[in-house]
Amino acid sequence: MLTRFFLMGLDRKAGVVLTILALLAVLVPVMTLLVPADSPFHMSVFTVSLLGKYLCFALLALALDLVWGYVGILSLGHAAFFALGGYAMGMYLMRQIGPRGVYGNPVLPDFMVFLNWTELPWYWLGFDQFWFAALMVLAVPGALAFAFGWFAFRSRVTGVYLSIITQALTFALLLAFFRNDMGFGGNNGLTDFKEILGADIQAPGTRVGLFVATVVALALSYMIASGIIASKLGKVLVAVRDTEGRVRFLGYDTESYKLFAWTLSACMAGVAGALYVPQVGIINPSEFAPASSIEAVIWVAVGGRGTLAGAILGAVLVNFGKSYFTGALPELWLFALGGLFVAVTLFLPKGLLGLGAQLAAKLPGNRAGNKSVPGGKTADQKGM
Amino acid sequence: MSAEDTLLYLDGVSVSFDGFRALNNLSLVMMPGEMRAIIGPNGAGKTTMMDVITGKTRPDHGTILFEGATDLTRLREASIANLGIGRKFQRPTVFEPHTVWDNLELALKAPRRPLKTLTYAIGRDDKARIEEILEITRLSPKRDRLAGSLSHGEKQWLEIGMLLAQEPKLLLVDEPVAGMTDAETEQTAELLCGIAGKHSVIVVEHDMSFVRALGVKVTVLAEGSVLAEGSLDAVSANSQVIDTYLGR
Repeated sequence: MLTRFFLMGLDRKAGVVLTILALLAVLVPVMTLLVPADSPFHMSVFTVSLLGKYLCFALLALALDLVWGYVGILSLGHAAFFALGGYAMGMYLMRQIGPRGVYGNPVLPDFMVFLNWTELPWYWLGFDQFWFAALMVLAVPGALAFAFGWFAFRSRVTGVYLSIITQALTFALLLAFFRNDMGFGGNNGLTDFKEILGADIQAPGTRVGLFVATVVALALSYMIASGIIASKLGKVLVAVRDTEGRVRFLGYDTESYKLFAWTLSACMAGVAGALYVPQVGIINPSEFAPASSIEAVIWVAVGGRGTLAGAILGAVLVNFGKSYFTGALPELWLFALGGLFVAVTLFLPKGLLGLGAQLAAKLPGNRAGNKSVPGGKTADQKGM
Repeated sequence: MSAEDTLLYLDGVSVSFDGFRALNNLSLVMMPGEMRAIIGPNGAGKTTMMDVITGKTRPDHGTILFEGATDLTRLREASIANLGIGRKFQRPTVFEPHTVWDNLELALKAPRRPLKTLTYAIGRDDKARIEEILEITRLSPKRDRLAGSLSHGEKQWLEIGMLLAQEPKLLLVDEPVAGMTDAETEQTAELLCGIAGKHSVIVVEHDMSFVRALGVKVTVLAEGSVLAEGSLDAVSANSQVIDTYLGR
């Protein structure tokens, strides 16, 4: 049954995405660890972690596209789930520091010693175990999304109102995590990690391992998402996006469908955050900033909403641009990002992946091209 | 009459929107297998009546019983639909990004929980049923077309097909021939009459020739309550109906 589910989502697009990811998973380790450092084909550990970071963002974008592109829930707070997954991983990494911290306390992380705390808060218990932290990476964002979605969807909050409360959610978490007495390192967050699963976190081998883990997580999430989209459940989700009222009168409890996709999406975002933290070496409350969530929306819009592959493409391209811009012309980056969003909204409503179809439709004698873009015309229609 | 033998039983149902009484002490009884046409001027409460039956609007007062026992005023839309009440909207509402086939597959009677639909694989019976409905609604050649690319009349038919796929006990059909050509109107009347034997049907319609073609009992609504009931000829002769609706 599981095989059938994964096979269902395997179309040509999925083939391309999975092939590229498989190539990355093979080539990057070879280029970093086996190719000698003086060869032009050698890849530095810095580049590996940078690519890994892009792919974590791609996973966040994929999760966002699942709910925005296919269910019509425009989340302006998805970075909150990303950051919660990141904090869960960060707590594990903090516990792994042990007595190697500045204050040398075998149990308490440095910031707790600094605050004169004498024992570990209850919610830090268990995080010395990797399996427990890994479980929390899924459970904490998942539980928050489930509770949030339960109330929001049951109360039939939709459209822009829902977007605004997702934004409020991430902002509330931002303020909470800034507080020192929350016990998550306050303003500074969690950093200065030493090892993960017993391996030195700075070692090239560990870096490459984390990169490969990110590729695998992204590929698996892609297969899960495209399997869902291809299933009958996916068709119900798209129907909910366009005309939710009609779906209700067919006897589908649309709230539970939205809740399913929403919670799954939050778990994916949590995994993305958990893989991000060891690769960048820090997690702090700024990840909860509303701007992070909005940036993720722009990635999806640039790549092409409702395409899955477009979300990945958009996240990688925009972040590549960000790395370049913030190095070369740092003060111009936000203008470029804003301009990009306006340009995409005006000229590329279906994003980069929709560009091909858009051009085909413009050719004379090919008016049918319009109709071959699934979800194009009706995507913006308001439900009943 | 006792409510027990009825399929649908509305008694003293009232709904107000900001002081406007859309339904005013409306009472209506449908027997199993019956087909009924509802006519009446704009604002008579025809669509609101469908809304209260299907759970879209909650009545302020009154009783609505399905099969003599189930109180519909306490249920949500999806639960009411699953009891066996299907609805076709005035404006044809089909799932435009999906194919005709997928539209019918979504409507087809099957478990409605998310995890059931995730693992759903279409079986031989379901396939045969969809083929049959494609035949009935004359959409067989267009099965792979996106619903959004169908003509207005075809969308109406697809929606009727989706209703059939739901296998409801009661169908509520709101203006099925609005915007149709005469030939399409005639075919639609045939189609609905073919359905009526197996299901109960309530049709709301303005088009008098269509109502005549159906040849069923007619209920005239005006200002939120029943003005007259009987055969089309009988209600057409009713002086009150002539005054409020048909005109002299």
